[in-house]
Amino acid sequence: MTGADLLRPDFQLISELVPRGARVLDLGCGDGQLLDVLRTHKDAFVRGIELSVDDVAACLRRGLSVVQADLDEGLAGFGDDSFDLVVLSQTLQQVRKPQLVLREMLRVARRGIVSFPNFGHWRVRGYLLLKGRMPVSEHIPYQWYDTPNIHLTTIKDFREFCRRSGAVIEREVALNSTGEGKPARVVRFAPNLLAEVGVAVVGRGEG
Amino acid sequence: MSAEQHDSRPQASRPWDLVGNVGEVETRTLELSGGLDLVSGRRLDTVEVAYETYGTLNEAGTNCLLICHALSGDAHVAGFHAGENASTAKPGWWDLTVGPGKMIDTNKWFVVCSNVLGGCSGTTGPGSIDPATGEPYGLRFPLVTIEDMVDAQARLLDALGVRYVGAVIGGSMGGMQALAWTKRYPSRVGAVAAIATTTRLGAQAIAFNEVGRIAIQEDPAFNQGDYYGKERQPDSGLAIARMVGHITYLSDESMREKFGRRLQQRGDYAYDFVSEFEVQSYLAYQGRRFVERFDANTYLYMTKAMDYFDLRGDSPTLAFALDGVRARFLVLSFSSDWLFPTYASRELVEALRTVDAEVSFAEIPSPYGHDAFLLEPEAQYELVTPFLDNALLSAEAVAPPARPIAEEVAA
Repeated sequence: MTGADLLRPDFQLISELVPRGARVLDLGCGDGQLLDVLRTHKDAFVRGIELSVDDVAACLRRGLSVVQADLDEGLAGFGDDSFDLVVLSQTLQQVRKPQLVLREMLRVARRGIVSFPNFGHWRVRGYLLLKGRMPVSEHIPYQWYDTPNIHLTTIKDFREFCRRSGAVIEREVALNSTGEGKPARVVRFAPNLLAEVGVAVVGRGEG
Repeated sequence: MSAEQHDSRPQASRPWDLVGNVGEVETRTLELSGGLDLVSGRRLDTVEVAYETYGTLNEAGTNCLLICHALSGDAHVAGFHAGENASTAKPGWWDLTVGPGKMIDTNKWFVVCSNVLGGCSGTTGPGSIDPATGEPYGLRFPLVTIEDMVDAQARLLDALGVRYVGAVIGGSMGGMQALAWTKRYPSRVGAVAAIATTTRLGAQAIAFNEVGRIAIQEDPAFNQGDYYGKERQPDSGLAIARMVGHITYLSDESMREKFGRRLQQRGDYAYDFVSEFEVQSYLAYQGRRFVERFDANTYLYMTKAMDYFDLRGDSPTLAFALDGVRARFLVLSFSSDWLFPTYASRELVEALRTVDAEVSFAEIPSPYGHDAFLLEPEAQYELVTPFLDNALLSAEAVAPPARPIAEEVAA
């Protein structure tokens, strides 16, 4: 089993979407797993931003260059087009100002990859409908009173969000995980209802 | 900074300092052959450098780690001097983090630390004898810069047979030296850990330095710096300078917690100008202790060197100045440090990012102000240890050049 087999389902897909040798900035890079893979398998020039000091330490253990910063303060200090690609994996729902973050992503790079847990998944809907309680699932594992997820969205809402923010979705893939360590399954039919995770390649839409 | 700031640390063994002590160490002195040309254009014909080393330089010469000390530090970083031991004496100023198995692991690294040029702990400074007159220099000692300190270190390493520095690490003024290394000897430094430091002081820090200098210069015993061997020394001025400095190393929170408004003796106010509040006696103690081991002229020279330091040099921006640096960087700041604030570290990080340098940064949450770099070993351990491990691996891939470091000084 290679390291890539143990990746989070959206990481496998993101890794496939990144061109070889690209300059990649990962916003909210966590312990640096994705950056590590992109560096090793894609010869990418990788940099990360992470809010948690513990995660910065984890990235240092991987020999990565990661800067502690709060995404809600924007990406001041990053030049326009200074990267090929900005990744925002499972982080959009945790920022206070999603529109600012999206705008900043597409200033720093022409293209971004966003992944997020789909709040429109049938199990989430069923949880609220049947139990009458805030949904808790594998992809949204927090209690409502103790969650970093302050801007949960559905795949449909994300499309609208991009449209209103002036971003263009160039490619959209919906995923279901099939268990720890197993490859994710792409959901083609009714993704907003049947997919647990949404992944989108977004661009500036300049033509 | 000083060893006495370790007084309050808990003694229990902890994962980040559990392994070992470097044991008995010795400060050696080496004379730099041919003297030293200074940035100011002046020249010192005779320069002695006091230094300590721990660990062993490997055959390839790739595992040298240079520690740069802060304003009041010295070459004695870790372990004990002969005749002292843990029960009778204090260890070196960063003993918490330097030793076998510690953050700076002397099993892996050949660790070097020297007293800075202009210092008063063995390296040539204003208290040294001027060979031209046979008298102590005093204020006739030329002004030294952070770059001059770094040049003296490069010459020392050359004399020790070191041609490549795997890592330079320093806090505060030591961090300034670490940063200067990457600009001055870009091809000879693998990694830099710059802790609680800045690329240049702001007006506030320069102002505090100035108050310290004036306290010394206005001391009736100062005598234009010619007080060596005299009956009266500018002790009171130096103590005041230290007290002011010490306040800037603490934070509102740490002072509130440590002293509050507590009085030394229970009871009512004396309604007199005597020392009553605990913080008063603490400052007086810090001042007294400092005077015993530090030279007032050196305080003037060190603070001036810090005031002058600006990594930008003649460049229009910091990023311009950093273009061409090759080292990997770890920049750390502390949340309550208002003397070397986080924004200054971020400025450095952004400039390094602009030139595509490998740079990592974290702001460590701490209530201890600037002093945190001496008092927060655990958080630093978590970040610095993996950084240094990678630096060591990277250094092993380097074939150190045969030419001395000092010959590669960048303009």
